[in-house]
Amino acid sequence: MTHRFAAALALLAAPALVFAADRLADPHPTAVPRTAAEAARIAAVTAPTTEFGKPEAFETNSAGAATIPARAAARGFLQPAGNIDFDRRLEFELGNAMFEKLWVSSPSSTLASDGLGPLFNARSCRRCHVANGRGHPPLSGDDSRVSMVMRLAVPAPQTTALGILDDQAARPDPTYGAQLQDLGIAGMPAEGSFDIAYEEIRVPLSEGEEAWLRNPTYSLRELNYGDAHPDLRLSPRIAQQMIGLGLLDAIPTADILANADPDDSNGDGISGRAQIVQSHEYGAPMLGRFGHKAGQPTLRQQVAAAFHGDIGISSTLFSEGYGDCMPGQTRCRIAPDGSTEHHDNREIGDIGLDLTTFYAATIGVPARRDVGDAEVLRGKAVFYETGCISCHTPKFVTHRLPDQPEQSFQLIWPYTDLLLHDMGPGLADNSPEGRANGQEWRTPPLWGIGLTAQVSGHSFFLHDGRARSLLEAVLWHGGEAEAQKTRVIEMPKADRDALIRFLESL
Amino acid sequence: MKTKFALALGTSILVALPALADKAAVLDNYADIAQAKYEDSLAGAKRLQAAVDSLIANPSAEALQAAKDAWLASRPAYQQSEVYRFGNAIVDDWEGKVNAWPLDEGLIDYVDASYGGATDENEYAVLNVVANASFTLAGADIDASSITPDLLEGALHEADGVEANVATGYHAIEFLLWGQDLNGFEYGAGNRPWTDYAMGDACTNGNCDRRGEYLKAATDLLVSDLEWMAAQWAEGGDARSAVMADEDAGITSILTGMGSLSYGEQAGERMKLGVLLNDPEEEHDCFADNTHNSHFYDALGIRNVYLGSYTRADGSVVSGPSLASLVAEVDPALDAEMQSKLNATMFEMLELKLAAEKGFSYDMMLERGNAAGEALIMGAVDALVDQTRTIERIVASLGVDTIEFEGSDSLDNPDAVFQ
Repeated sequence: MTHRFAAALALLAAPALVFAADRLADPHPTAVPRTAAEAARIAAVTAPTTEFGKPEAFETNSAGAATIPARAAARGFLQPAGNIDFDRRLEFELGNAMFEKLWVSSPSSTLASDGLGPLFNARSCRRCHVANGRGHPPLSGDDSRVSMVMRLAVPAPQTTALGILDDQAARPDPTYGAQLQDLGIAGMPAEGSFDIAYEEIRVPLSEGEEAWLRNPTYSLRELNYGDAHPDLRLSPRIAQQMIGLGLLDAIPTADILANADPDDSNGDGISGRAQIVQSHEYGAPMLGRFGHKAGQPTLRQQVAAAFHGDIGISSTLFSEGYGDCMPGQTRCRIAPDGSTEHHDNREIGDIGLDLTTFYAATIGVPARRDVGDAEVLRGKAVFYETGCISCHTPKFVTHRLPDQPEQSFQLIWPYTDLLLHDMGPGLADNSPEGRANGQEWRTPPLWGIGLTAQVSGHSFFLHDGRARSLLEAVLWHGGEAEAQKTRVIEMPKADRDALIRFLESL
Repeated sequence: MKTKFALALGTSILVALPALADKAAVLDNYADIAQAKYEDSLAGAKRLQAAVDSLIANPSAEALQAAKDAWLASRPAYQQSEVYRFGNAIVDDWEGKVNAWPLDEGLIDYVDASYGGATDENEYAVLNVVANASFTLAGADIDASSITPDLLEGALHEADGVEANVATGYHAIEFLLWGQDLNGFEYGAGNRPWTDYAMGDACTNGNCDRRGEYLKAATDLLVSDLEWMAAQWAEGGDARSAVMADEDAGITSILTGMGSLSYGEQAGERMKLGVLLNDPEEEHDCFADNTHNSHFYDALGIRNVYLGSYTRADGSVVSGPSLASLVAEVDPALDAEMQSKLNATMFEMLELKLAAEKGFSYDMMLERGNAAGEALIMGAVDALVDQTRTIERIVASLGVDTIEFEGSDSLDNPDAVFQ
């Protein structure tokens, strides 16, 4: 690991080289290096198109050979990658079993299924990731908050402890930790709950149209462990859709960093900064990819973090059996722990964690619909010409990964650069995370976004589900995307409609 | 609806539907068998209910044993019905109420503190319904002064706001009859003393009256849940109507049920996962050490749905036009292959069951490094996986994949993917 630590030092010593691809560890050391000929083919195929008269080659299959048929029913996000073989499909089923497992409180007869909480947001992964689709904010005061969590952070003085430049060094709330757990096992008071108040904002559009945006205000209530820190920042986050995550994990770090432009040296108004966070697996700083602010560097660590923060399950990456409980939450800290020798002295052992990660990595991405439709193609042109692709990068080619055939060397169309962008004060949670400041968010992938209503039965978008439609989501863009949003407001209605039609075909 | 097998259908190619006779008759018989299985399950649950009532009224070692025997006798019919769970949404949506696993046993009654690594007495280990007339759960105040079916399916269930049926059903009753299996990988099931239900000073482990109340409430709930499901399969019931509404969709339901139970559920989640995790209690009927029967009768249920013949608890036979006859009409060799593979699975299951009955319990087989146990379990897993391949071939040959496809023709075209 010495060379990885050297990379961290390089970040401090030579900021200009921070993003040099060979200086930040890639999570796939076994990837087969690309030949020069391959690199040229990849550059050609991933270059943005300028031809909108007909669909591009391969465009229908958003995930290459891992693409699956777009199902009409709610199970569109529940199938394995199209290129999985019969034997590995059983591993996928085992991972699905882990994903659906209802964790129970400890002590219990079962060695492999206990350790819930003591404080938690859900008993199972599937509870929040319903049908593997996008979560949503509670629809009313009494509605379940289960597919949305409230992250907590208190800004702290910058530190260079990890050797990561610009780390914002937020810390958890001293009483409630990094996340508000609204459930507890028997006898354990929940931490509390939260309320949302919306204020409607009118946005006039061209040709006499208008839109209404609902601006949320969040507050905590029923806090059972005393006051939170006075400078507490709330960051509400809905559960993300689960498709294609292994493919995002398999994009070469260098290809993502190639799009970063932290100082906006090309003057297009769009910076794009790499999130850099500590990898607990590799013991080194790595490019952050997963989470609304790209706070996790690998899918495996993302899965482990969710077990830890949401269900209260410890793993070899996050070892505390008491989950997110803070030192002052003494009852939670001393409650029985579900760890066992058989499972690496954790509540979920590496076998279970790896099965869950394999499942999350291998969920298929549905094919595009109507790629050749005239309005879809028109909308695609609008999307490109408006500059949306500056952040919503259409295409990547994944690493060649001998051990991960489902993700290996696929041309994928995720429509994200996986970088951080300042989205302006309107969307800000003012809650720093890693290198992301309170206005920065990671560009979310757009693949599958048109299937949201079909899969999840709603059309709520953005990190906290405030947008009630794709158009509202576009209109919330600010900061680096202010100019693009303004163009959407001012463009002819037909172009705006076509843009939405294009998004619906993803 | 559970979709563990449906995903397999995605790889099959839609072919023109051959004209097959008697699909409606096959579906009718399929529904008749379901009705018989749930009626048998219900009858078994009512005998269990009577035995539980006797235990509570006159606690004794004999009365506890009689209740355990009644529980064991109630399982085969229910396990054979599980093949209906997958492919029939009405069953799958309900199933968690009666057969959920794992169980939050520490929420129900006392548990041994040695589990889970707690080294000393812990106040939270006794925060259970039997011992506490009121407590907080999942942030809600629970009034458990009276333990009723309403409490179990109402307040306890809703506290999590989730389909977390971790405190009701067959396994909750099993836990209340047997207690925890503290033998680890050694021989032996749970060994709850009958005095856990004794009156007055003879009561062990406290709150014997409330323990009896819980046992009765859970058993009564099981009976009413099974009554409801049996009615869904009777003439005019919703489950039967759903199956009969569309012949091709109905045939797909049968195949989905067979494939999902064979593959993702039984071979995967219930058997191979236990081997991987080496958890002696990562098994279905762990308190009673009855898991070998659970697996055996699940597999038998798959077979009798295909053959269209079910032998009832009283020995009478419900049989009629079968999926086997439909397949034989299209491809006799494929039908022979299916029957042969279903029989091969039953042979492996029988070996496992016989070994368990001779004293090599399922939890002993799961011990890490126990090669004989792993071979027995994986033999059955491999047979289940193998029969799934044939079920997939039947789906393709009958052309009954009615799942809608949208714009995916390119998936079968290699040119559609960048290489």
